[in-house]
Amino acid sequence: MTSHVILRVLLKLLIPVIMLFALYVQFHGDYGPGGGFQAGVIFGAGMILYALIFGLEPALRVFSPNVLRTLVAAGVMLYGGVGVATILFGGNFLDYDVLAHDPHHGQHLGILLVELGVGLTVAAVMATIFFTFAGRGRTDA
Amino acid sequence: MSDLPGIHLVLFTFLAVIAIAVIRLKDLFAAVMLMGIFSLLSASLFTVMDAVDVAFTEAAVGAGISTILMLATLALTDSEEHPAHNRFRVVPLLAVLATGGALVYATFDMPRYGDPSAPIHHYVAPHYLEHTDDDIGVPNIVTAVLASYRGYDTWGETTVILTACVGVLLLLGGHAVVERFRRTTPGQEDGE
Amino acid sequence: MLDLGLYNYWVVIFLMMTGLYVVISRGNLIKKVIGLNIFQVSVIMFYVSMGKVRGGTAPILAEGIEVYSNPLPHVLMLTAIVVGVATSAVALALIVRIKEAYGTIEEDEIRVVEGEEEAR
Repeated sequence: MTSHVILRVLLKLLIPVIMLFALYVQFHGDYGPGGGFQAGVIFGAGMILYALIFGLEPALRVFSPNVLRTLVAAGVMLYGGVGVATILFGGNFLDYDVLAHDPHHGQHLGILLVELGVGLTVAAVMATIFFTFAGRGRTDA
Repeated sequence: MSDLPGIHLVLFTFLAVIAIAVIRLKDLFAAVMLMGIFSLLSASLFTVMDAVDVAFTEAAVGAGISTILMLATLALTDSEEHPAHNRFRVVPLLAVLATGGALVYATFDMPRYGDPSAPIHHYVAPHYLEHTDDDIGVPNIVTAVLASYRGYDTWGETTVILTACVGVLLLLGGHAVVERFRRTTPGQEDGE
Repeated sequence: MLDLGLYNYWVVIFLMMTGLYVVISRGNLIKKVIGLNIFQVSVIMFYVSMGKVRGGTAPILAEGIEVYSNPLPHVLMLTAIVVGVATSAVALALIVRIKEAYGTIEEDEIRVVEGEEEAR
C-alpha cells in the first residue's frame, strides 16, 4: 500500500473534484446533459476509487455500510414520497404541477427531488455492490 | 449517398473489430480491459449520434463501474479461460449466422439512418419536443421526459436497481461460505 | 448499389450475433457475462441510432435550433444502462458463489462436479 505514493497524492486531489463534479451533474441536469443516474454513478466511482487506493477498511470507516444501505432505500423513498406528496396536494401520482403555486416551479422542484432520489440510490448501490465484492475477498481468504 | 458520415463509419467498424478481439481472447483480464475500451468507443459513438446523456452514462458506467466489478469478480474467481472447454463449435456458429442473416434481410425494410420521416419521429417524440418548454420549462428534454413525462418508468427502474442491490447483498453479504460441493474436499461432512 | 444508410443496423446485428455466439458457445461464465454486455450495447446502439435525425442536434432546447434528435430512445437507454450494470452485478455475484461452491466457473466442470455429487 505504501508504494502507491503518486496515486495516493493525486487521488487526494482528484476525489474531491470527482465528487464536486458529480454534484454539478446532479443539479445541473435540467439545463445540460446529466441527471441522477450519471451523478450517482460518478459519485459511486469516487467512493470506489477511494476504496481502491486507501484500502477497504478506511473506506468503510468513511462510507459506513449501514449509512449506504439506508441511503439505497432513502432514495427510492424520496422518489415515492414525492409521488405521495403530489397526491396529498391534490394532483395525480408524480404530477409535479401542484407542488408549487406556479406549475413550472412545481415541475422544477419535482424533477430536482426525484433526480436527487435517483442519484442517492444509484450512488449508494454502486458503492455497496463494490464494497460487498471487495469484502468477500477478505473473509474468503 | 452520404447518409452516414465518415466518423460514424470508422467508429462502428472499430466497435466490430474490438468485439471480435474480446471473444477471441483467452485471458479474461485482457478481455475485461478491452470491454472498457469498447464502452468508451460506444460512448463516443453515442456522442456523435446526439445522445449526450446516454454517452455520459455509458462512459461512467461501462468504462468505470462495470470494469471494476468484472475485475473484482476475476480476483475472486479465475482470470484465465480453460482452453480445453474452448474448442471451436460449428452448431452455435451456424445458428448465429442464420439468425444474423435473417436480421440483415429484415433491415432492408428499415428507414435509412437519420431519415427524418421515419415512423419513430412521428409518434410521441414531436409532442415532447414541442411541449416541453410550456409544460415543464426545463431545457434538457431528456431530463424532462425521464423525470416528469415518464416518471413512473424511472421510478420502476430505480426500484430495479434497489432490488439488484438487495440481491447482491443476499448473495455475497453473508459470512458463511458453502463448501458442500467443493471438489478438493470430498465428503468431509454432511453426506446427504 | 451498396446502401450505407443501413450500415448502423448491420453493425448492430454483427455485435448482437457476436454476443449471442459467446453466450451459447463458451463455457466460461464470466465470458458469458461479457457476451451479454456486448449484446446489451448492441441493443442500446440500435435504439440510439434510430433516434438520430439528419442535421439534428442533441435534444437540449436552445435558441435558434430547429431540428433535434429524438429524445425518447435516449431516455429509455439511459436508464437501461444503469439497470444493466446493476443486474450484471447480480450475475457476477452468482458467479462468485458458484466458484465458492464448485471450485470452478467452467460449465463442463460444474456438470462433472454435480455428477460426482449425485453418484456419491
